[in-house]
Amino acid sequence: MRPLLQVQDLHVAYRSRTGEVCHALAGLSFDLGPGEILGVLGESGSGKSTLAASLLRLLPPNGIITGGRILFEGQDVLHARPREMEKLRGRRISLIFQEPSVALHPAMRVRDQVEEVLRAHEPLDFAARRNRTRQVLATLFSAEADRIANSYPHQLSGGQRQRVLVAQAIACGPSVVLADEPTASLDPTTQQEILTLFRTLRQALGLSMVLITHNPGLLARLADRVLVLYAGRAVEVGPAENVLASPQHPYTRALLQCVPPLDQKSQASRKAMLPVISGESPNLSVLVRGCPFEPRCPEKMEVCKSCDPAAVPLSEAHTVSCFKFPG
Amino acid sequence: MQLLLNVENLVKRYAAGQSFGSREFLAALDGVSLSIQTATTLALVGESGSGKSTLALCVACLERPTSGSMWFDGRDVAALGEKQQRAVRPQIQLVFQDPANSLNSRLTALEIVAEPLIIQRRFDKQTRSKRACALLERVGIPAKKAGSRPDEFSGGQRQRLAIARALVLEPKLLILDEALSALDCSVQAQIANLLLELQASLRLTYLFITHDFAMAAHLADEIAVMDHGRIVELGAAEKLLRSPEHEATRCLLAATPRFHGAANLPEGL
Amino acid sequence: MRYLLRRMLHAVFLLFGVSILTFLFSTLAPGNYFDEMRLNPQIAPETVASLRAQYQLDRPLPVRYARWVNSVAHGQMGFSFAYNSPVGPLLWVRARNTLLLTLTATLLAWALALPLGIWSAASLGRLPDRALSWTTATLLVIPDLVLALGLLIMAVRSGWFPTGGMVSVGFESLSPLNKLRDIATHMTLPVVALVISALPMLVRHIRAALAEVLDAPFLRAAAGHGIPRRRLLYRYALRAAANPLISLLGFSLGTLVSGSLLVEVVMSWPGLGPLLLEAILARDLYVVIGGVLLSTIFLVGGNFLSDLLLLWADPRIRTEAGAE
Repeated sequence: MRPLLQVQDLHVAYRSRTGEVCHALAGLSFDLGPGEILGVLGESGSGKSTLAASLLRLLPPNGIITGGRILFEGQDVLHARPREMEKLRGRRISLIFQEPSVALHPAMRVRDQVEEVLRAHEPLDFAARRNRTRQVLATLFSAEADRIANSYPHQLSGGQRQRVLVAQAIACGPSVVLADEPTASLDPTTQQEILTLFRTLRQALGLSMVLITHNPGLLARLADRVLVLYAGRAVEVGPAENVLASPQHPYTRALLQCVPPLDQKSQASRKAMLPVISGESPNLSVLVRGCPFEPRCPEKMEVCKSCDPAAVPLSEAHTVSCFKFPG
Repeated sequence: MQLLLNVENLVKRYAAGQSFGSREFLAALDGVSLSIQTATTLALVGESGSGKSTLALCVACLERPTSGSMWFDGRDVAALGEKQQRAVRPQIQLVFQDPANSLNSRLTALEIVAEPLIIQRRFDKQTRSKRACALLERVGIPAKKAGSRPDEFSGGQRQRLAIARALVLEPKLLILDEALSALDCSVQAQIANLLLELQASLRLTYLFITHDFAMAAHLADEIAVMDHGRIVELGAAEKLLRSPEHEATRCLLAATPRFHGAANLPEGL
Repeated sequence: MRYLLRRMLHAVFLLFGVSILTFLFSTLAPGNYFDEMRLNPQIAPETVASLRAQYQLDRPLPVRYARWVNSVAHGQMGFSFAYNSPVGPLLWVRARNTLLLTLTATLLAWALALPLGIWSAASLGRLPDRALSWTTATLLVIPDLVLALGLLIMAVRSGWFPTGGMVSVGFESLSPLNKLRDIATHMTLPVVALVISALPMLVRHIRAALAEVLDAPFLRAAAGHGIPRRRLLYRYALRAAANPLISLLGFSLGTLVSGSLLVEVVMSWPGLGPLLLEAILARDLYVVIGGVLLSTIFLVGGNFLSDLLLLWADPRIRTEAGAE
């Protein structure tokens, strides 16, 4: 089965006004299959937001895609014309923005904002659009759908706003939904509701998702596969249970160890120092020749400084980019 | 061990809209009682809207409670007048969630840390500078960055800066209002370690407000769960994790994201 | 509703306050209408005194104010010494002429400024935007007076446009269509002057308001949904930038009566401007007060209108107002 989305060796850089170049993505490759949820785990500076923007070619003016290919359903996204891109965005691939409180127009009703998305893509008349909007909102809000449809964003809670963003994203029935930190500013219970919502949507609509987050806990019961992003590269990709339960790459391991566990057994370690990753996050304006994690890696070797590790398959679905594993 | 903070039956009501004649009130705090012992950490866990931030503001003497008493270091501060309260405030300091908004972006790191000393009119210029420098080093900001502005720092460094600013007046109680929530996992661990280290060496007392149960359980000696303006459960961290009693506690525990294997799910899931 | 009632009450109080202050200042200013007469040795002091008594200028201030308020209520607004007639009708004729000029100019200015401002903001930093910014900056620097005089000189030299006034000699005998044409040609230069002086500020404000909105997250989010650029600009950006623009509109409307004084005087347009100028110089008390009051009514009215529009345009203000 051909993957829905294929990213091959993607390089994206930002050029500042002073001429400095910051390499946000340095050779990222991954596939997304139909009906699959891929979790992208990355911290600030790993390139996760750049990834979301690049997939839809929504980079700011100073961002340039310097190399690689993005294929969606076989179509080359990077060389598509602006008109074609507009048809792709929101219709075949949609993006759920990060901050629900600012991602909605403050002076338009919820109903209108969802209708606008339909208007841009579907050749429906006014009544049909209204109906479709009502349907979409009903799936997301059940009983309150009508009241929410009439409301303005500032009258809704954070969780409700996030659901409106989801409504906009699925209104035209896309095959891929990108979610950039969809639960960042939400309460734990609301967070769980949104994650459950994603699971339901995947089942009901056969959606594929790329869920970008810095919180590994969110991916545990939702993602099928997890891709760990560091300095614009995929350092580990594999089935969620494998990557989260027994991480192989030194960065993944160190990252997961940073999170305090919530079980009784480890309460003995309460108020003890958490294991941290030493050093600072990488300076992306310098394109290093070796492994980007090398300066902070507790298991670094000589070769790590001079060569960039290639992806090594540990099993059929699990790859790691580290010299510890012979390729 | 003595009690540093003892809050009894704190009530805070806000007027919520006005129709002809009657006033509607919103009880942000509906009879809250808690106490913190010196050099320990009490975590306050709850959903947004449960009243955590209101409690933080009342404890910091930035809001006047509608009723109730609050004993800090042996004195009833809730009953004090404005002038006397101002004398107490330096001893209770706040660290907020969003360092981008709580730091003055026009000042350098050194100026930000020295500012409270200037406002409180303590020491002369040289001593202030020295103290600020020493604190910056203490929290892990290298000396060469003392002249940089907040937007030149990473999220974690900004939070360190906020902590340094909170410590410059040598407070006894530090209120951390979702101070780690906006940070990456690895940075959260670093700042958590910093907080533990500072608590040990400076004998600080922490009121740690969060909705992250995992971090609360890790950092706190006691956890208080808040719901709709009341404290619904209060006890040692182990006990709450092992056998949560109240519905709100169970909900929060269930909602906490975790990935350390399915074997650790508490009952009810 | 209560919100609006409060604003209206506010406005009424303001009007009263302004009228009292104007009354006070005008009477406190040294001199009065009859000073010139007094200086004339041919007129006996008793005549002056009796004239003053006739016009009630010797009564105490509060009494005069009360009588004036009464007069306003009857639409007369006091009495003009110079024209020997009630002030009300006098102001009305002149105000009509002024409004003809300023309404046309304001409509034209906004009609030009909106597309220019939008174009500028949409091409931010690029050539069209830079060219427009440079042009507006230059135009801003030119004083109204210089502009009006310049146009007048051009009219005199070229003979294309009449050099002043509102109507030509023999206006009464023209056919209705020609009457309109006559007024139109007389109006052209003053309107041009007013438009050129108002345009730069409008364009800059519109550009600034839009530029801020174009950078907003919700616009990027909408672009992410594939909404075409044109719709983004008009349906989304303009709507969100409405707040500062509505306030600007209120200001434009508020200065409808007062903003054209200079141009009217220079181009001899028979509007409120020349009337007020004369009246101030001659100490024609009630005309001055009437004129100031009219200006204030427009100012307050303009503000009120923009408040109303804001209520309609911004749902956040609506809910806040509704909560009261």
